[in-house]
Amino acid sequence: MSTETIRTTYREAVRAAICDALDRDRRVFLMGEDVGRYGGCYAVSKGLYDQYGPERIRDTPLSECGFTGAGIGAAMGGMRPIVEIMTVNFSLLALDQIVNNAATIRHMSGGQFHVPLVIRMASGAGKQLAAQHSHSLEGWYGHVPGIKVIAPATLEDARGMLWSALEDPDPVILFEHVMLYNREGELTADAGPVPITGAAVRRAGTDLSLITYGGCLFKTLDAAEELAADGIAAEVIDLRCLRPLDDATVMASVRKSHRAVIIDEGWCTGSLAGEVSARIMEQAFWELDAPVGRVCSAEVPIPYPKHLEDEALPQVRDIVAAARAALGR
Amino acid sequence: MTSHMTRDEMTAIVREELTNVAPDLADETIPIDADLREEFDLDSMDFLNWITALHKRLGVDIPELDYPQLTSLGAAADYLLRATDRTKSS
Amino acid sequence: MSDVYRMPSLGSDMEAGTLIEWARQPGEKLAKGDTIAVVETQKGAIEVEVFQDAVMGKPLINIGDKVPVGTPMAELEPIGAAETKAPRRSGREAGTEIEDDERAAGSPAPPAPDQPQPARAAPEPTPTRQRASPAARRLAEAEGIDLARLTGTGPDGAIVLADVQAAAPRHAEQPPSAPERPPPRAGLDLAAMRQAIAAAMTRSKREIPHYYLAEDIDLTTATDWLARRNADLPPDRRLLMGALFIKAVALTLRRFPELNGFDRDGRFEPSAAIHVGAATAIRGGGLVAPAIHDADRLDLDALMAHLRDLVGRVRGGGLRASELADPTITVSSLGERGVDRLYAIIYPPQVAIVGFGTPRARPWIIDDAVVVRTVVSATLAADHRHSDGHRGALFLARLAQRLQDPDTL
Repeated sequence: MSTETIRTTYREAVRAAICDALDRDRRVFLMGEDVGRYGGCYAVSKGLYDQYGPERIRDTPLSECGFTGAGIGAAMGGMRPIVEIMTVNFSLLALDQIVNNAATIRHMSGGQFHVPLVIRMASGAGKQLAAQHSHSLEGWYGHVPGIKVIAPATLEDARGMLWSALEDPDPVILFEHVMLYNREGELTADAGPVPITGAAVRRAGTDLSLITYGGCLFKTLDAAEELAADGIAAEVIDLRCLRPLDDATVMASVRKSHRAVIIDEGWCTGSLAGEVSARIMEQAFWELDAPVGRVCSAEVPIPYPKHLEDEALPQVRDIVAAARAALGR
Repeated sequence: MTSHMTRDEMTAIVREELTNVAPDLADETIPIDADLREEFDLDSMDFLNWITALHKRLGVDIPELDYPQLTSLGAAADYLLRATDRTKSS
Repeated sequence: MSDVYRMPSLGSDMEAGTLIEWARQPGEKLAKGDTIAVVETQKGAIEVEVFQDAVMGKPLINIGDKVPVGTPMAELEPIGAAETKAPRRSGREAGTEIEDDERAAGSPAPPAPDQPQPARAAPEPTPTRQRASPAARRLAEAEGIDLARLTGTGPDGAIVLADVQAAAPRHAEQPPSAPERPPPRAGLDLAAMRQAIAAAMTRSKREIPHYYLAEDIDLTTATDWLARRNADLPPDRRLLMGALFIKAVALTLRRFPELNGFDRDGRFEPSAAIHVGAATAIRGGGLVAPAIHDADRLDLDALMAHLRDLVGRVRGGGLRASELADPTITVSSLGERGVDRLYAIIYPPQVAIVGFGTPRARPWIIDDAVVVRTVVSATLAADHRHSDGHRGALFLARLAQRLQDPDTL
């Protein structure tokens, strides 16, 4: 592997992943609202329409249920579609296609058909898009058997997980947190596919396990840095794959640290954080030295004003406070 | 057990489990060939608890009919060495 | 108005006890049957329990104090004391107030169905058990460390792993192959136990007019049944003949209430429950007979598990007061190494004791032929003030019948 790196952004890494997939496999195409001429509402597909043409970068009508269904049909017919849904809130219009069709067709057909479809969508709050465009519903999708749910947070994962998702024979929902698109960093020039199974330990530590994913990863790493200044060695786990969850990595960490705090931008009630907490209780209860903690969004529609939006979301200080509570200091 | 144990190692295990079920014997010097029931007053419940502990630790079956073969620490060690060999070879 | 907890009597032979430690701190909640303190008696260190739901109040004696039975040891506050001190009651005379307080300390009448709970003055949720993390509990158990002795440094004073590690002789990242042996039994003074046995047996022989009966019982069927049953079972599920004896005695006693209970100043007080004291010899001398509660209602596996547990705690410490004070009859079984029969002495204030000698192969007559059978001699010693030899003989005969049909035990 080359050690040469390039300076890039999360957005560019996703675009590079799409180009790579379009180049690798003639069956791959991208479709969604404004993905073509406009270049995508988060400018992920900017320039691709000119590069690949309208057959492979397809603008669709404003009908999530319709074009998601078309994507499912195309996948069953042998194509490898990437369906982009602008933001997760709009995916609710396509829930019937995703939950009732994509997730069940392999089962309903007795294995005769499968749906090798990837649905990309932007998720999360922080851009002052107010209550209707700021949801974190990863946990909802993680509830449904028959689909895989991934949430790349790093440049490597943004660059590498799309191809693995396309290679998967079953539907994969890929969440891109809106606050990550502009994140800059170094990426190796020859970065390639990343498996879509398993969590990643982003920072090693022994005093407690901070478990998170997606948009909260970097807040959590910042919190770990702050804790380290006080001599607290936090381990940070990036779940990455929200369905299926990688219990082994989580439990190995908890067995080492005996304390866990889960950071999840979803609302606390019925959250993915709750699921992870329950699994820790089931599988590592006797290892625990403190109750499992959760840092989630306030149970309100996400507010529009900046100061209220910040207040509603998990922040570094909340993570530090929860970590300290778990440690009793 | 993963490897062959020596008689000394097995005797140590047998002695350790005995003092676990009868902590009051921990300070006694128990000769390897002393009759545990006759000379050290091991009653039938102590004996059964000892057999239970050895069964759990070593995974060997010790049927009741074989109890007379486990009269002393040494006899028990010999019996268990034979039994673990049987378990491995079967 | 608070109640007091008094030094309990753990048997008619106990005159005094020494406070070794408190199991609860003032303000902590106690449920009926919870251990409040550890008391050293002639039978060793015994955990003593409270007889009512209460909140631990002010201690009235110090650790190390030896006080006679009946001496107040600590105040007990009724649960929800705050609400019972509501102003509406202030005008009443003291006598009524005591009654009401006692009622408050017991269980209040349940509210009618579908009615919301009355608005209570929300007593502070006092912890009913030591706050300790799962990891701390596991290490404490592995290291044989009593959590009650530790001071927690975690949130709200909870005991966390670091507290146990600090108290552990060595840290516990070791393979769990050989569990730590429990510490040697604390507070057991064999000389003091000798004195206690002497006092009880002297009183028994002086006061109780014993009568003795013996019956040889064919144990072949039961022995074969036991061997067949145990042959297919791992050691931890095997039964001992002693468990069958206890169950048989307990079941038979249901029809002989005059043998099951206590002598109270010459009057017989029968017991509805059948708690069999299992006489257990202590190596080096000494004897205790802790109770197997409701032995007639336990199936054999459960009874055997209780027996194992009791013997383990006789050896390793940790008998509870109720186990020593509760037996309504005692069974003494000599096991495999003994003599043909024993004539036991009743343990006051009980009124009977059943003895089993060592089962042996003996000549036995069946249909005019002499055959070899496994035979045990069962004996009964009973208090002639409360039963007669005729009933005692019937008891032994029924017991013999019971043992012919081990499937019904």
